[in-house]
Amino acid sequence: MTDIQAEIARTVAENDVVLFLKGTADRPQCGFSNMVVQILDHMGVEYRDVDVLADERIRQGVKDYANWPTIPQLYIKGEFVGGCDIVREMFQTGELKTLLDEKGLTPAA
Amino acid sequence: MKTQLSRAERIENALRERFAPLDFELVDESARHAGHAGASPGGETHYRLRMISSAFSGLSRVARQRLVYAALQPEFDSGLHALSLDLKTPDQS
Repeated sequence: MTDIQAEIARTVAENDVVLFLKGTADRPQCGFSNMVVQILDHMGVEYRDVDVLADERIRQGVKDYANWPTIPQLYIKGEFVGGCDIVREMFQTGELKTLLDEKGLTPAA
Repeated sequence: MKTQLSRAERIENALRERFAPLDFELVDESARHAGHAGASPGGETHYRLRMISSAFSGLSRVARQRLVYAALQPEFDSGLHALSLDLKTPDQS
């Protein structure tokens, strides 16, 4: 495993929710990344944001790591959940909330 | 005679051959993304795809999208930047 792949694996293992995106959670640089930020913020989930634009090795590395050619990419408890389309659909159907509830990641009411 | 296929035509050909979709809709949204990252002056960078195929039966959303991405790897390698996907099976439609 390359250093970059190991670094991504560590990031995903050490944080309950990780979003690899273009830009930051405060300033997303792409509509698809922004969509996922809006959903996570709306749900009140705490997450680690990783700006892939800050490091080309990370940008390519996450694509290789997930075998997924596009950004954003969301991980929950080490598992790859999907990109913008999947997160949006899971949000709309309530599956995302269910998943977060099951993992104990929903903020206390 | 036309020799050069557009990216949309190549995408449609590849997907129809691979997935034999019951329903297929591909929309080129490149113009909406003109000027920002990933867009190119010639367009052909951003698409939205809706497809119904029995090939997706029993597969998770992630697995379905991976199949489509794999079928379009040459396009991603040659400048396809974003592909929004809505992939369903016949019984979900």
